[in-house]
Amino acid sequence: MANQGLLGSTIARKFAMALSALFLIVFLLQHMSINMLSVFSADTFNEVSHFMGTFWLVQYVMQPILIFGVLLHFILGFILEYKNWSSRKVKYANYKGSANASWMSRNMIYTGAVILLFLGLHFYDFWIPEIAHKFVEGKDSFIENGVADSGYRFYHELRHKFDGDIVRMILYVVSFIFLGLHLNHGFESAFQSMGARSKKYTPIIKKLGTAYSILIPLGFIVIAVYHYVTQL
Amino acid sequence: MKLLLKIWRQNGPQDKGKMVDYNVDGIEGDMSFLEMMDVLNSQLIEKGDEPVIFDHDCREGICGSCSMFINGEAHGPGRNVTTCQLHMRSFKDGETIFIEPWRAEAFPVIKDLMVDRSAFDRIIQAGGYVSVNTSGNTQDANSLPIPKEDADLAFDAATCIGCGACVATCKNASAMLFTSAKISQLSLLPQGQVEAKERVINMVNQMDLEGFGNCTNTGACEVECPKGISLDNIARMNREYLSATAKGKK
Ligand code: HEM
Ligand code: SF4
Ligand code: FES
Repeated sequence: MANQGLLGSTIARKFAMALSALFLIVFLLQHMSINMLSVFSADTFNEVSHFMGTFWLVQYVMQPILIFGVLLHFILGFILEYKNWSSRKVKYANYKGSANASWMSRNMIYTGAVILLFLGLHFYDFWIPEIAHKFVEGKDSFIENGVADSGYRFYHELRHKFDGDIVRMILYVVSFIFLGLHLNHGFESAFQSMGARSKKYTPIIKKLGTAYSILIPLGFIVIAVYHYVTQL
Repeated sequence: MKLLLKIWRQNGPQDKGKMVDYNVDGIEGDMSFLEMMDVLNSQLIEKGDEPVIFDHDCREGICGSCSMFINGEAHGPGRNVTTCQLHMRSFKDGETIFIEPWRAEAFPVIKDLMVDRSAFDRIIQAGGYVSVNTSGNTQDANSLPIPKEDADLAFDAATCIGCGACVATCKNASAMLFTSAKISQLSLLPQGQVEAKERVINMVNQMDLEGFGNCTNTGACEVECPKGISLDNIARMNREYLSATAKGKK
């Protein structure tokens, strides 16, 4: 029988999902760490943000991979969900999903969809202005005249978004909780999808996954709440 | 004890089907679930009604035919048991019990609780065999030493009885646990090496063709499997499939 091609088989698609997800996991760690700097030092945060925004490897290699990874991940996620939904068209009258699988593992599509909605807001908040600023208007990273004293605009922009905006702060916090739920299953699931499982390492991967899925979202929550609260 | 049974009745593959209520009395804790069904069916026959059709054969947990989705779980609330090994003491007097067929597009209902599991047969036909010369020159078993751990793992995988509880319980109706067990039992042994790469590709392709869902690693199959087949088999199948694909096996 013929091979089903690169993304034709269920296992190959799950591998691609897992690979993109692992890239996102590394990205989130990096993203959270840099944002955390904003809680401690405006200058350091600005410097690092400027570096990330101008370094060619980040801008022209990592960023396109990241965008491709996000797209691939959630498009495959929707395909997967559609296939799975159509694999059982007549539903059970009584189905006890909680008897044998975690809530997180059964609701990946919903937690993922919340993350996707959040990404819309997040891009609108930071990424689109940044790209417009840099590539459309062709300006550098300094704050425009009249807004503040000299220095990079990143810190100012971050503060500005959370200044008195309780709705935005809550939307961010809730989204991070959903991110944590998605990752709580996703982290170990990605390893299993790639066939990485052993008596020795799987318990460690599970612990790492739990820690990651709590600490990363918690870090983001601390950052959002900090910038909101300190401007009250 | 007295029970209220809510059972899926469907006249044939084309019929729409519906849940029907039945009351049974005089059920004892030591009866197996299938014996309870027998009591119900003799009542129905006495009244001149159609008995509830369900698959069963060995009634001792080895044939895998007694497929029933009971109170939201494959083979009911027990662990590592088939429906025939489930006893009525697991239920309370007066309890309402839902009894449904395995639900999956790949397992169409034939009648009532009986489903067509020939999709599993076709997965096995696609590669679940080894080519051995059976012309009377059988090798001495001792001429092929096999590490004890591998033999044990292969044996564990080989205990899969093809019941389909993994598919029935999976929220995605995925057949990964079954398929991986049928691949592992061969690929772990030297006899299975000759066709190892074609086998994994062909069996996975057939699994996909049959319309089973995609695995999302919820682990429900492992919990509900009457034989305790491990998720390790799915990881092994993923590894074998990915490496066979990478090597360009057709
Ligand atoms: C930065 C954001 C995200 C991260 C870090 C992430 C991470 C993960 C991980 C690690 C997995 C497990 C991969 C596997 O087992 O193959 C996964 C699965 C999944 N993700 Fe995401 N994801 C993200 C965003 C999204 C989005 C936006 C969606 C949109 C719907 C989504 C939907 C899914 C689905 C449906 C699954 C499959 C369920 C499963 O395998 O258990 N994810 N995700
Ligand atoms: S893996 Fe377990 S649940 Fe699935 S068919 Fe085999 S014995 Fe049944
Ligand atoms: S009737 Fe054979 S396993 Fe239940």
